[in-house]
Amino acid sequence: MKKWSKIIFICIMLLLIYMPILILAVYSFTTSANIGSIHGWSFHNYLTLFTKDELRSMIVGTVLLAAGSALISTILGTLGAIGAFYSKKWASASINAMNEVPVVNADVVTGFSICILLIVAFGMSKDSYVPLVIGHVVLSAPFVYLSVVPKLKQMDSSLYEAALDLGATPFQGLTKVVIPQILPGIISGFALAVTLSLDDYFIATYTKPATFDTISTYVVNATKGSQTEVKTALWALSTVIFALVIIVVVAMNVAGRKKEVERL
Amino acid sequence: MNGLRFSRKQLGIPYALFLICFVVAPLFVIIYYAFTNGEGRFTFDNLTGFFTSPNTIGTLAYSFLLAIVTTLVCLLLAYPIAYILARSEMKRKSVIVMMFVLPMWINFTLRITALKEVLTVIEGNLAFHPFLNSVIGMTYDFLPFMILPIYTTILKLDGSLMEAAVDLGANSFQTFVKVTLPLTVPGIVSGIVMVFLPSMTNYVVLDMLYNSTYIMGSLIGSYFSAYNWNGGSMIALVLLVIILVFTLVTNKYTDDDGGSRGGALL
Repeated sequence: MKKWSKIIFICIMLLLIYMPILILAVYSFTTSANIGSIHGWSFHNYLTLFTKDELRSMIVGTVLLAAGSALISTILGTLGAIGAFYSKKWASASINAMNEVPVVNADVVTGFSICILLIVAFGMSKDSYVPLVIGHVVLSAPFVYLSVVPKLKQMDSSLYEAALDLGATPFQGLTKVVIPQILPGIISGFALAVTLSLDDYFIATYTKPATFDTISTYVVNATKGSQTEVKTALWALSTVIFALVIIVVVAMNVAGRKKEVERL
Repeated sequence: MNGLRFSRKQLGIPYALFLICFVVAPLFVIIYYAFTNGEGRFTFDNLTGFFTSPNTIGTLAYSFLLAIVTTLVCLLLAYPIAYILARSEMKRKSVIVMMFVLPMWINFTLRITALKEVLTVIEGNLAFHPFLNSVIGMTYDFLPFMILPIYTTILKLDGSLMEAAVDLGANSFQTFVKVTLPLTVPGIVSGIVMVFLPSMTNYVVLDMLYNSTYIMGSLIGSYFSAYNWNGGSMIALVLLVIILVFTLVTNKYTDDDGGSRGGALL
């Protein structure tokens, strides 16, 4: 009895979480403009999603921004973590402290403060993409840093010394010994950076050029307007992203299980 | 040997400079703008304006109320979920945990859109229950951030402590209140940190669910749209102080270093 009530509780919670997404997925394949009644099935939302220029450029822009800012964040954050790890205590402590600021700060404040610094105080052009990219690197790099640091602490430091004793240059020691050992941290940092950039609304609103939209800013503007075509095309977008997420998660699980089997 | 150690240290310099330029400097610029007026002259007007206007004080109160209610609802839902999952003997419980986290990878504006459509069908008109809808929206958005830290803490619990409590005569309720709950405080506090602050500032959830009442984040947004940098900076500064106090208080109770938002996502 007790066990059943637990299972039922978990199932209800999962149902509540997935219901809106699934309902939207079903209606994205219909001609309806509102949830409620289905008059006919159609792929027109998906057609609009992939053919309408403003939707396509908004999706491409979001993905490029995420990939670019994640790449910069990963390089900066990883090098920062390695540098801080080998620095004197006061230096690594101050990098740690500064790194913590964007992590605990509200995104609204982070975005607004970068806008004030670059656009208001330094008069940078509002059409420039620089504040937006910098904003997303500020958002993501600290998390790359935080996912690399534990790997550095676990690392066997004598391997690096051994490589140098055997004639490797410090650069080779870094690329062939240190980086491979912390690679899992770098990869999860990169994935995290991509996720944070894709999900961001606030930093983008305060730093983006007026003509550029990310998925978040576009969706928020679209819900304020009353354009049905765009509104239902976004249902399709939500469904596509949901499907992609499931594919990635399942693929990662399968890959992870294979690795476990190989290890055995 | 000294030469190469020096070179490894230097790798941190670009990141340190980046943080100084784009994390520390903006904070000082915010402070400067908060205490100057449009002509750049020093003034306390923004500060006194904030604390004497009933509008801004009301917004501050509403933000706290919304954040407290959202955090409580998240906690009341997340604790049983985390507890059941962490204590279950299921082989594949990590898959279930994954299912609770998975929606976080869908852009939050799209998730709130989905929620909005469903709530519209249920309630007819969203404008009737603005506060309730905002709490539902925030809970929908932030629940995984509360589940994960609590789940991890319960998973790490030493089961023998609970067994000992039972052996010494405690009933299951006493065991929970006097042993399990106090030991999971770090997880609860991590969850609170990750839900409370966003609930005070994530005004997009309110906007999308047609709640026209302002929270602290909306104030920054409206000053931004009006090009009032000084007023917006004062709001940002007030939020920074709240965040600082909150972080200092909660740091005593958490055992991780704030990377939890990242930990929750991966």
